[in-house]
Amino acid sequence: MNNAGDKILLSHGNGGRMMHDLVENLFIRNFSNTILNEQTDSAVININDATIAFTTDSFVVDPIFFPGGDIGKLAVCGTVNDLSVSGANPLYLSVSFIIEEGFPMKDLEKIILSMAKEARNAKVSIVTGDTKVVNRGKCDKIFINTSGIGILNKKHRSISKGTNIRPGDKIILNGTIGDHGMAVMNARESFNFKTSILSDCASLNSFIRTILENSSQVKFMRDPTRGGVATVLNELAQKKAFGIEIEESSIPVSEGVCGMCEILGYDPLFIANEGKVVLVAGQKECNKILNVMKEDELGKKSRIIGEIVADHHGKVVLKTMSGGKRIIDIMTGEQLPRIC
Amino acid sequence: MKYVDEYRDRNLIEAVAREIKKVSRKEISLMEVCGGHTMAIHRFGLTSLLPPNIRLLSGPGCPVCVSSQKFIDIAIGYSRIPGIIIVTYGDLIRVPGSTSSLEKEKANGNDVRIVYSVLEALEIAKQNPGRPVIFLGIGFETTAPATAATIIKAQHDNTPDFYVLSAHKIMPPVMKALVNDGVKLHGFIAPGHVSAITGSGIYEDLAWKYGLGVVISGFEPMDIMQSVLMLVEQIEKENPRVEIQYKRVVQPEGNKIAQQLMAQVFTLSDDEWRGLGTIPGSGLKLQERYTAFDPANKFPVDIPEPEEPKGCICGEILRGLKIPTDCTNFAKRCTPVTPVGACMVSGEGTCATYYKYREN
Repeated sequence: MNNAGDKILLSHGNGGRMMHDLVENLFIRNFSNTILNEQTDSAVININDATIAFTTDSFVVDPIFFPGGDIGKLAVCGTVNDLSVSGANPLYLSVSFIIEEGFPMKDLEKIILSMAKEARNAKVSIVTGDTKVVNRGKCDKIFINTSGIGILNKKHRSISKGTNIRPGDKIILNGTIGDHGMAVMNARESFNFKTSILSDCASLNSFIRTILENSSQVKFMRDPTRGGVATVLNELAQKKAFGIEIEESSIPVSEGVCGMCEILGYDPLFIANEGKVVLVAGQKECNKILNVMKEDELGKKSRIIGEIVADHHGKVVLKTMSGGKRIIDIMTGEQLPRIC
Repeated sequence: MKYVDEYRDRNLIEAVAREIKKVSRKEISLMEVCGGHTMAIHRFGLTSLLPPNIRLLSGPGCPVCVSSQKFIDIAIGYSRIPGIIIVTYGDLIRVPGSTSSLEKEKANGNDVRIVYSVLEALEIAKQNPGRPVIFLGIGFETTAPATAATIIKAQHDNTPDFYVLSAHKIMPPVMKALVNDGVKLHGFIAPGHVSAITGSGIYEDLAWKYGLGVVISGFEPMDIMQSVLMLVEQIEKENPRVEIQYKRVVQPEGNKIAQQLMAQVFTLSDDEWRGLGTIPGSGLKLQERYTAFDPANKFPVDIPEPEEPKGCICGEILRGLKIPTDCTNFAKRCTPVTPVGACMVSGEGTCATYYKYREN
């Protein structure tokens, strides 16, 4: 697929088109198997009578401490959430550190304490791990990988693939978008914007479990991290016999995020979140699900943002505030590197 | 968000659209010459709100798109010199040069950094003594004053090894060149932020000598719709003149301090525009007393004659003669991931805008 001289560019890791092509043409093609080929957030595996969800994620966020969280908390939440949106109940995590020589011990301790706290909070156990130290300059401070497994109830198997989605189903989001990406960016770049934007970094497992206990009409879930809500919706619609329509006016964006995006020319729909879930609910129970979500601290600002439609198959269309319509495409090029 | 939502109010926009339909009789073409306007028109789907006798054309308003291939090739050449740090605004790094791009050079290990403000480039120079820092100065009257201020500061602070490769340009000569070139136009939606610096006087010629309507517009949908209405009224009454719609930002006299900074640091030069050729007096080069900041004197690079990409009609698109969908490369060989021409790279480029906001 590539010329011999081609190299990896930052755009290959941003969750957009180039990364998709890389995953598809190099990783999936060569690792191909029935479980991987599903390309769900977590692999779903049957072992004897049990159905296990299994996932992994690496964290390279810069800066490692940011308003609302740090690389450690993020590493726990990220993997917990990948399991949770598959419909699974997260149980055990592994953690691997790649640390740069000279990294301050007190910062490492701070990160570890934060991970331990978040693991307790999410009721998961960190049961195995690994540590590597590399020469100064060979990695940037600290990189963390976490993997996790959870138990999946068989009745939730279709959630990660969204196979039961039908036109008329509603799309629900549990709050404002873009907070994580903008909080990290503001902490990293020298804008000196005086904002109170905090990362929304949070473990969603107990929130999601409550939703699943209250309704059998949850047809799909995905956490809109890198690439944002726009990317999740595009991945969902891709190659499907339905389209997606969302309403700009019903998508919650905080004043601070909105302002930063206006100034910098970013679209909040493409900015990363770390405590959000995009959920597709059957029409009949969407209000019930919305009410359950609103009762939880993590879902207070939940809104129905759009619906599954029978036309424009494979495409995501946004109805703009000013009355127009436009396609929301998958992200191309570089937007915000190293936000998770 | 306050001061934004009001300008996106659907009812107000529709009311202005109705008024435009009522007033407008003639077949007219209006051109916007600012990438921000191109973006807003497509992002908010404004063309669909206008009657068919009003055509909106996108002109050469995206600084990345009009930067010549040679400029990109020189920047790539500099990035390959060991020790040099290239500092640039983000959009430029993906623009394809003749054989490479700054993004690819970065992946090759060359030091290319993205900033949001030219002052950050100066900061990088201060933090890397002994390493030459070259800032790629692109943009019109909006970004040129900041570059000028930074050069003055660098001189004042005695910062060594800080350079600016200037491809800064000014707007009025290209607007006149387009009309002289035979582009059929009735009026300009003039750039709001350029005008905030220059004031409205720079367009007087276009109204008096060329008989064109000029309305300096803001960037929200309501701004643009109102500007179209003002232009339609001017044209219907055959009373072309320069008007400011974007009064909350633009003063007739402009920003005197910014004008003074530009005048202190830059002098006009003949400059090359992608697809349009060389336009006399349209570029800003460093004045003689600031030549120490010009990398050309210190680091000669040997650049072969640039190769324009085959089949690319960026030039005709920038002149408003064709639209992106007229190009055989559009959305096929040329996409935001694999841009052939510069108009597909920048978020403000006409092709990228058409691609991103193509209608269902």
